[in-house]
Amino acid sequence: MEAPLLHLALVGTPNSGKTSLFNALTGSRQKVANYPGVTVERKEGFFVTPLGRQVSLVDLPGTYSLRGRSPDEEITRDFVLGKASGEIKPDLVLCVADSTNLRLTIRLLLELKRTGRPLVLVLNMFDIATRRGITVDVERLAQELGVPVVTSIAVRKGGTAALLKHTDEISAQVQPQPQENTWRALTVSELRTTQREADRIIAASVSLPSRPDTWTARIDAVVLHPVGGLLVLALILFVMFQAVFAWAKPLMELLSGGFDGLGQLVHATLPAGLLQSFLQNGVISGVGSVIVFLPQIIIIFLFILLLEDFGYMARAAFLMDRIMGGAGLHGRAFIPLLSSFACAIPGIMATRVIDDRRDRLTTILIAPLMTCSARIPVYTLIISAFIPDTEVWGFIHLQGLVMFGLYAAGIVSALCVSFVIKFFMLRDYAPAPFMLELPDYKMPRLKSIAIGIFTRAKMFLQRAGTTIFSMMVLIWFLASFPQPPAGSTEPAIDFSLAAMIGKALEPLLAPVGFNWQIAVALIPGMAAREVAVAALGTVYAIEGGKEAAEQIGQVLATKWSLATALSLLAWYIFAPQCASTLAVIKRETGSWAWMATTFVYMLTLAYLASLATYTIAVALGAG
Amino acid sequence: MTEDNDPRSQAPASLPLGLARRGFAGTIQHLSAGQAGSALSDIELESRLIELGFVEGAKVEILHEGIVGRDPIAVRVDNITVAVRRREAMAIIVA
Repeated sequence: MEAPLLHLALVGTPNSGKTSLFNALTGSRQKVANYPGVTVERKEGFFVTPLGRQVSLVDLPGTYSLRGRSPDEEITRDFVLGKASGEIKPDLVLCVADSTNLRLTIRLLLELKRTGRPLVLVLNMFDIATRRGITVDVERLAQELGVPVVTSIAVRKGGTAALLKHTDEISAQVQPQPQENTWRALTVSELRTTQREADRIIAASVSLPSRPDTWTARIDAVVLHPVGGLLVLALILFVMFQAVFAWAKPLMELLSGGFDGLGQLVHATLPAGLLQSFLQNGVISGVGSVIVFLPQIIIIFLFILLLEDFGYMARAAFLMDRIMGGAGLHGRAFIPLLSSFACAIPGIMATRVIDDRRDRLTTILIAPLMTCSARIPVYTLIISAFIPDTEVWGFIHLQGLVMFGLYAAGIVSALCVSFVIKFFMLRDYAPAPFMLELPDYKMPRLKSIAIGIFTRAKMFLQRAGTTIFSMMVLIWFLASFPQPPAGSTEPAIDFSLAAMIGKALEPLLAPVGFNWQIAVALIPGMAAREVAVAALGTVYAIEGGKEAAEQIGQVLATKWSLATALSLLAWYIFAPQCASTLAVIKRETGSWAWMATTFVYMLTLAYLASLATYTIAVALGAG
Repeated sequence: MTEDNDPRSQAPASLPLGLARRGFAGTIQHLSAGQAGSALSDIELESRLIELGFVEGAKVEILHEGIVGRDPIAVRVDNITVAVRRREAMAIIVA
């Protein structure tokens, strides 16, 4: 009979190297999901011990105590106590410590001991500690703590051998002896006593050279300098933006070319008809239009993971905290919002670095207001068709100025929305104070980063394969049925449900200056914003899609008034025109309600902005 | 208070860490969460500070300050570095 799966859980303070240990033990055999009902990410991996025992390892959210002050920390507490719904009590808890910084982890371990779960203290990054002249009397430490202690170097091959050996020893016991749980939330004075006890144990078994990491001090002298630090941050952001737009471009063109080719192939091989249209326009171009963003997502996560591993993210949050704080945003919201300029999807996924739920929700809600790259084709089309190619005051390019204005409008409105949320909606949450460890800098490890990117890319593709795919099918269906009667010369879309919806929406959209053709284009534009450009082309019965953008522009210039064009621009700043973003919000918040909130507030803002723009433009004679 | 801000003077007078300037080095005397205008409850703030190593007797030094209002501050607490806002640092009484 095969031995049952052994359940292990990783607990540790933030920055203890927990995730790199997790990656070292499980490699790419990881499953990422959410705990039921909460936004917290559940990471489980699998490995086999040298003696052949199958092990499941859960990487619990980092915490300094078991008090559970945030949903993440509650998960860690409940999981260890065996109270988390649908979870099995772990057979063994691995408490991971950064060997160079034992104080906080030893205190956490003393608290964990009270839960009665079998424990092991893993002294991770033992090589760095040795290099810094820190010596740990491992036996003495184990004796003082009454808990087995093993050392590990997660980032080195074979660095986890002692840990694996110990796991085998535990699993050899028929029944690891869990003690009775005597844990309860510590009072402040107990917390103090525990910290004193931890300090005593450390003094007895660890000798510190008391010289801080000189590299970290040297780098911080520049990176945390009030002025120099912001310049460094700006430089990093500049390189990141360049990378996202420039490096990703050839890959994106390759992907989109590939999908176009595939579509053409289907078009050529299959007889004209429903199946052909479904595969080419529904499946291939629909899913393809989302997968095209994969290179950007990989590059953004490459930067985020590199900076996080290096230890820079906490510094960026430090530099931006007060600057963002004015709008009620946490310092850590900075990078996710920045990523949203490429695409809100990786931006919203990156909000996981924010540990406070309220701050994270605020950031998720405003991330779609950042001008993502999918808006660029729409903006470019309308601006080049309607805004004269002239210069104002002799040196400012008017078209460029409008483009800049659209970006600025997105940023300003995001800050305003955050401000409103802070004061009206989430008042009952105590705002998280900014208290954050600034870890010593570490050389990022490529293997760990590769695993991180792989996991994110897989999640993105899975979503493209499921949620986004079903949205695409729905939109294709609306745009294709019912079929035009035989022999009709008008575009097929005129007879479809989409057109009926467009015409039904027309009275509603008339005050903002949209005709039914725009209303129809907005529907497939829900799949991805730039699809609206192609959809307008279809609706106005012009052959060719994005390639013929200039031609569409000329047609639009004759069919629309300037007021309508400006109104559509205003609409695009705010409108929730992206089903994938909404799907990601649903996934990341674990709630349909927050997805609906985002949709409704953005739609309202879009309508009001377009209404104002159109009314003012008409009043000024641009109707 | 002006003398306390001078990093070289080891004045015995205590002050909240939230008022100290860059370069200040001292020892934590006690925590007084009621003095900070933090949004957290006194108990919660005190617990969090202890969890980050701000306990009586710990050596602290202000390493860096932010650009707006010299806030937040990066504090060396024994052998780790922690970023806090001055508002919360008001609860840490140092000398």
